[in-house]
Amino acid sequence: MSLLLLIVQTLNGLQLGVLLFLIAAGLTLVFGVMDFINLAHGVQYMLGAYLAVMFYTLTGSFLAALVLALLASLAFGLLLEFAVFRHLYERDHLEQVIATFGIILFLNEGVKVAWGASPLSLPVPDAFSGSVVLMPGLLYPVWRIVIIAAGLALAALLYVLVTWTRAGMLVRAGASNARMVSVLGVNIRRLFMIVFGFGTMLAGFAGIMIAPILSVQPGMGDTVLILAFVVIVIGGIGSIRGAFLAALLIGLVDTLGRSFSVDILRLVMAPSPARTVGPAIASMLIYLLMALVLFFRPAGLFPAKGRG
Amino acid sequence: MTMLKTILAATTAGVLALSAVQAQAQEKLKIGIITTLSGPPAVLGGMLRDGFMLAVKQNGGKLGGRDVQFFVEDDELKPDVAVTKAKAMVERDKVDFVVGPIFSNILIAIMKPVTDSGTILISPNAGTSNFAGKDCNKNFFVTSYQNDQVHEVLGKYAQDSGIKKVFLMAPNYQAGKDSLNGFKSAYKGEIADEVYVPLGTLDYSAELAKIAAAKPDAVFVFLPGGMGVNFVKQFRQAGLADKVKFLSAFTVDESTLPAQQDAALGFFGGSNWAPNMDNPQNKAFVAAYEKEYGGKIPASYAFQAYDAALLIDSALKQTKGSTADKDALRAALMKADFKSLRGKFKFNTNHYPIQDFYLVKVAKRGDGKYETQIAQKVFTDFADAFAKDCKMQ
Amino acid sequence: MTDAALNAAPRRLLARRAGLWRPLALFAVLLVLPVVFGAQADYALSLIERVMIFAIAALGLDLIVGFGGLVSFGQAAFIGLGAYAAGILAFHGFGDTLLALPAALALSALFAAATGAICLRTKGVYFIMITLAFGQMAFFIASSLAPYGGDDGLTLRARSTILGFAPLADERVFYYVTCAGLLGIYLLCRALIGSRFGRVLRGAKENPTRMAALGYEVFRYQLVAYVIAGAIGGLAGFLLANATNFVSPAYMSWQRSGELIVMVMLGGIGTLDGAIIGAAAYILGSEYLSQLTEHWAMLFGPFLVLVVLFARGGLIGLAARLRRGAR
Repeated sequence: MSLLLLIVQTLNGLQLGVLLFLIAAGLTLVFGVMDFINLAHGVQYMLGAYLAVMFYTLTGSFLAALVLALLASLAFGLLLEFAVFRHLYERDHLEQVIATFGIILFLNEGVKVAWGASPLSLPVPDAFSGSVVLMPGLLYPVWRIVIIAAGLALAALLYVLVTWTRAGMLVRAGASNARMVSVLGVNIRRLFMIVFGFGTMLAGFAGIMIAPILSVQPGMGDTVLILAFVVIVIGGIGSIRGAFLAALLIGLVDTLGRSFSVDILRLVMAPSPARTVGPAIASMLIYLLMALVLFFRPAGLFPAKGRG
Repeated sequence: MTMLKTILAATTAGVLALSAVQAQAQEKLKIGIITTLSGPPAVLGGMLRDGFMLAVKQNGGKLGGRDVQFFVEDDELKPDVAVTKAKAMVERDKVDFVVGPIFSNILIAIMKPVTDSGTILISPNAGTSNFAGKDCNKNFFVTSYQNDQVHEVLGKYAQDSGIKKVFLMAPNYQAGKDSLNGFKSAYKGEIADEVYVPLGTLDYSAELAKIAAAKPDAVFVFLPGGMGVNFVKQFRQAGLADKVKFLSAFTVDESTLPAQQDAALGFFGGSNWAPNMDNPQNKAFVAAYEKEYGGKIPASYAFQAYDAALLIDSALKQTKGSTADKDALRAALMKADFKSLRGKFKFNTNHYPIQDFYLVKVAKRGDGKYETQIAQKVFTDFADAFAKDCKMQ
Repeated sequence: MTDAALNAAPRRLLARRAGLWRPLALFAVLLVLPVVFGAQADYALSLIERVMIFAIAALGLDLIVGFGGLVSFGQAAFIGLGAYAAGILAFHGFGDTLLALPAALALSALFAAATGAICLRTKGVYFIMITLAFGQMAFFIASSLAPYGGDDGLTLRARSTILGFAPLADERVFYYVTCAGLLGIYLLCRALIGSRFGRVLRGAKENPTRMAALGYEVFRYQLVAYVIAGAIGGLAGFLLANATNFVSPAYMSWQRSGELIVMVMLGGIGTLDGAIIGAAAYILGSEYLSQLTEHWAMLFGPFLVLVVLFARGGLIGLAARLRRGAR
């Protein structure tokens, strides 16, 4: 276990964190502003990836696929919002969970019917298909750097939007007290629709960007969904800053845990049991982390004001 | 006079018995297929069902001369659901055979309800060690292999080809542990590291960094399904494919190659078969499968299910279509008198196959599709290690 | 009765009118089914057994969700713990009910107490997530128990014996035992809800601050309810292990916890009967649908959405509205 490996793993952890932020950003926005638990966020992420594969097959251009898939994701998200979700804003969380769970069932099967059950692939765009040397013998795909850049850019964009624009102010106000905002004359329905559409696009964007390094298959959104929820819960619902920091934290904990749990356990137990107990603990680490955070801060690290 | 009466009685009895058999032979043959048809593993379950049904279709919708009626059930990868559905198949639908499942834990769950009822269970995929050994069952037949065998293929290849240092990786579940144990039982060289990743891991950056740091000659991985797709892509993207030989089991096969594509070219796997196997029945099978199922190349799940159908057909031909005499049926099944797609096939005393195993390599076909191809034979007439513990009644 | 009064407290009126006929009808049907199925119907019995077992778990969940307002996404973990307690004891030769059942109850109650103490410090979606987290932890621990099969699962050679005898081996006997269990838990829950304990719990759901102001230690009441729900889940697990002769970590996945929530919701939250009806609707519905088509999820998903949108109060609420509409 060298210092170089430690540095590389830390970098990997931060990269995973940015990836998680990309996925969780839309979720915390929707949840924070509209108090709406959107379990369908995972399938929106999956749908983005599938749409990208489909448009790429049709157009042969990643850029075209990206734009078309984003637009299609947005359209689909708005359709869902109009048909189902807008009737659920007033309902309690449990009903939102059930309804969005139904959407998950429907779409997971739906993509199988539409595109088959086999995993699909989206190639990395040619312009970014190179690699840089990270460490002797290890290359780091340029596309991953693009993803990190995209994630950081998104974080910056969201921060600017939320803090310095009028729309952002409305979003923050809506997160604190939607009713008051509505009473003050703002078209809350339109605000919600815009926020939801934006959240859907973020989910789809994450799916499209990540598709070149992961497999596109039915159910790919489910694992990601749980991770995203863990991120926003630790970060504090409704807080972009919280989501960003929580995502980095989880990325680091998960990666370093997977990399070094066995080595650490080998200090106290024999190698053979350590090899299987290590990964078991590594799987649990993010949940342990969440339990720990919630023990000291029952509303996450940076709860938006007015939540509770 | 009594002599004549006896002869007459015997003849009448014989004719009646024969017509009873004939009557049964006209009755439809009921086949229950239990497989995973929901969730990501549905692609494998679908191949099992499709492979079996193709065989029956090519046989004019019959097995052993009898028309086949299918009962297809989705086990949803839930053992308790599988138990209910298996019970329904044997009791309500009164199937003559149960074919399936894909997954080991489902097999373990349904073994008792199916075999206790006297129905014969044929697994075209899952082949756990306990049922090969101490828990062997006279009503259970396997047309695939014993799970550990495939991993040993790669271990032996690594050992024989002089690979000095191997990095091992598998998911942290029972099959993963069995896999690495199987590899290690045949490979006696240096193990750089033995890593178990959480099931469902998407991003292997951490593990790839470990591999690069360890500088092994080869990696051996067992990463089925989406895990394999992700790992293969990321392994190639990390530039490791040029430096480290890629050995694997169930990680690069026809169910994942359409997604892995060029990233998997030249990678090795282990199997009892490959689509390019050179015998007439296999060539016909692959062509027919592609034609029937939208150009997809079959994976082992499909061919093993096809063989299961051929096995049933051959046994029923010997019992003249009757499933009434179970002992005769079992004996007929044991004979395995059919032209397997993999060439030669025979059963061991524990009803698991004795067969050849090969190193397979991923290649691109002339028409641009990806498949595994036979690279070299590694084991001839390989029997599993658990048969000696089987005391079948 | 004026319309206002009817709309103001529909649930109370429903309860009084429905009174006993609904549970009576339910249990009458359950008792009679084996006779209707006739002989040699083990598979049909096993299907209804699964309904009853999950109904038991759903009852425990309805207790804390419907009456306590505590949405737990970890109920399946208790089922798993109960099942594993029975399974592991059976593996080591201690397959008697007198040992296995208390062990199952104790294990799930202990886990509920330990995790509940932490979970109940949070509220709303945080509570949901932290119960999910603990459920996941139990899942991973069970998956890593290699001597007990890990994720391959563990077979029980035979069902639990009772004082050395093996009556449960007979499917009908086991069916009626499960039915008795369901009835017992139902009566227990009903008694709890009607008691002072239940009133405090419901009060805490409506307005915890007020209850605290009245001098009640809300946290303690909720913790007790959480532990009871956990133990009920453990009982369901014990029965499930026996029903399938098999235990596996698959019994404790977060998807299963989600399914239990759906069951409670489908039947009608906070009605207790709803838990049983919801479990039946969900299990029988998905069983039936999966016979129709392999793409049954595409029908079931929208069905859930429609139930939430239009059938507030689940199937029971829907039935009541239809009845009222018919008048």
